[in-house]
Amino acid sequence: MLELKNINYTVTEESGEKKAIIDGLNLQVEDGKFIVITGPNGGGKSTLAKVIMGVNKVTAGNIILDGEDITEASITDRAKKGISFAFQQPVHFKGIKVIDLLRLAAGREITTDEACEYLSKVGLCAREYIEREVNGSLSGGELKRIEIATVLARGTKISIFDEPEAGIDLWSFQNLIKVFENIRENINGTVLIISHQERILNIADEIVVIQDGKVKTRGPKDEILPTLLGTSSAVPVACGKLS
Amino acid sequence: MLDNIQKKILEEVADLHKVPEGAYNIRANSQMAGRNTTANIDITTKEDKSGIDIRVKDGTKNESVHIPVVISESGIKEVVHNDFYIGDDCDIVIVAGCGIHNCGNQDSQHDGIHRFFIGKNSRVVYVEKHYGEGDGSGKRILNPVTEVYQEAGSYVEMEMVQIKGVDSTYRTTKAELKEGASLIVRERLMTHGEQSATSVYDVYLNGKKASTDVISRSVAKDFSEQIFEANIVGNTECHGHAECDAIIMDKAHVVAVPKLDANDVDAALIHEAAIGKIAGEQLIKLMSLGLTEQEAEEQIVNGFLR
Repeated sequence: MLELKNINYTVTEESGEKKAIIDGLNLQVEDGKFIVITGPNGGGKSTLAKVIMGVNKVTAGNIILDGEDITEASITDRAKKGISFAFQQPVHFKGIKVIDLLRLAAGREITTDEACEYLSKVGLCAREYIEREVNGSLSGGELKRIEIATVLARGTKISIFDEPEAGIDLWSFQNLIKVFENIRENINGTVLIISHQERILNIADEIVVIQDGKVKTRGPKDEILPTLLGTSSAVPVACGKLS
Repeated sequence: MLDNIQKKILEEVADLHKVPEGAYNIRANSQMAGRNTTANIDITTKEDKSGIDIRVKDGTKNESVHIPVVISESGIKEVVHNDFYIGDDCDIVIVAGCGIHNCGNQDSQHDGIHRFFIGKNSRVVYVEKHYGEGDGSGKRILNPVTEVYQEAGSYVEMEMVQIKGVDSTYRTTKAELKEGASLIVRERLMTHGEQSATSVYDVYLNGKKASTDVISRSVAKDFSEQIFEANIVGNTECHGHAECDAIIMDKAHVVAVPKLDANDVDAALIHEAAIGKIAGEQLIKLMSLGLTEQEAEEQIVNGFLR
């Protein structure tokens, strides 16, 4: 189980003013759950994901993984303890090939066939890709899927996906939904997805709404989703941002 | 016969585990340690100075020439002149390279002066690797000079690799290209410690539709210094591109000096140069896969220099 206890993440703005991106957030994530985190832009969702991975260090609070306090653990240590992270904007590398990245993710020498299997799972025709460099010669959608494949190759107990739909065209998005439906069926672990997309929300066990750096609501999909879709609650959230 | 140290160095510079097939000339501690010629490729020792002439007959295809140099004694200083005469319509691979094992306290130095005369419509792939090892205080110094004269329609691809181990290098490469000739240079360099490496390229595009692409990727670590100069001169309708991409680490110093010189309105010349440290996001991504920061750095550098 992953527990976030009273998490604060504060940044100092250019004016010197301090701003709490995450403000006393508490969340418990039970094992094996498929959870989608949603909420208005700027509410702290991506920051929270980075706090869990250790990319952003908390200002205060504790992160507990299976009873162990990992608040001070490095990114590497958290990765080794079983947390994976698919970045919102996949990183480009010069000279590192897709197969290299999958090997590093798997933590061992994997065969071409194994690499192809991971790529097939994210809807890429594998043989065309494994020898390609992970750089700008690949499209945004392709890089995104490769990013997701690295998380699948790790096969850890917690997998975090930060806005997998961001920067993807509509056509690729249709395929991406299938990828997550597939992950939903096959993964043996906890999945945390940050997303705004109804179709991703729709395959969640639970939905967590984060707003103003706090958990606003949380509950089973059937309970939360209707409150978010075209209902009165969606409007105040949107208008709240405008004001 | 080569001893074990020499064999290991040979492996590093020429990827050779045993005596190569085809034509070869192995030079060890300033002596000829082996030579083979073929029906199409002749190798002869120069009479007026140290070095060899390599002559490849017209129409020679799918053959290779290996000319590795191994220095395992401390204190050897040599200048070697090797001339390659490649006929017309050839398609060959030349593997050169120099490895120095210096355990002594005297400097070891090999200055290879290579001249290439490439016949019409010939295609040549040239691979040159430098390697240095040994824990003596004597320096390992390599100063290669390469001159390339390309006839019409010829294509030359040069791969220059120097990964660690060589204390000081001053590389000069000059090329003159006739009509439709093409030269691709890929340099990969890593320096560390107090090493210094300078590469100067002068490419003259003299014939119509001649083209060149000079690409350098380098990593400078510790207190090392690198200087990269690429001068492309376009004297007619031609296409030239130079690119220097360097990762700087620690207290290193990197200088990139691209120079374009167009003497014709149809000369299209481009240069790109970028120097920077390893991107933090690259490290973070690899660390999120379970690598330590140091392991991540190694992977990024190895990929970059691949």
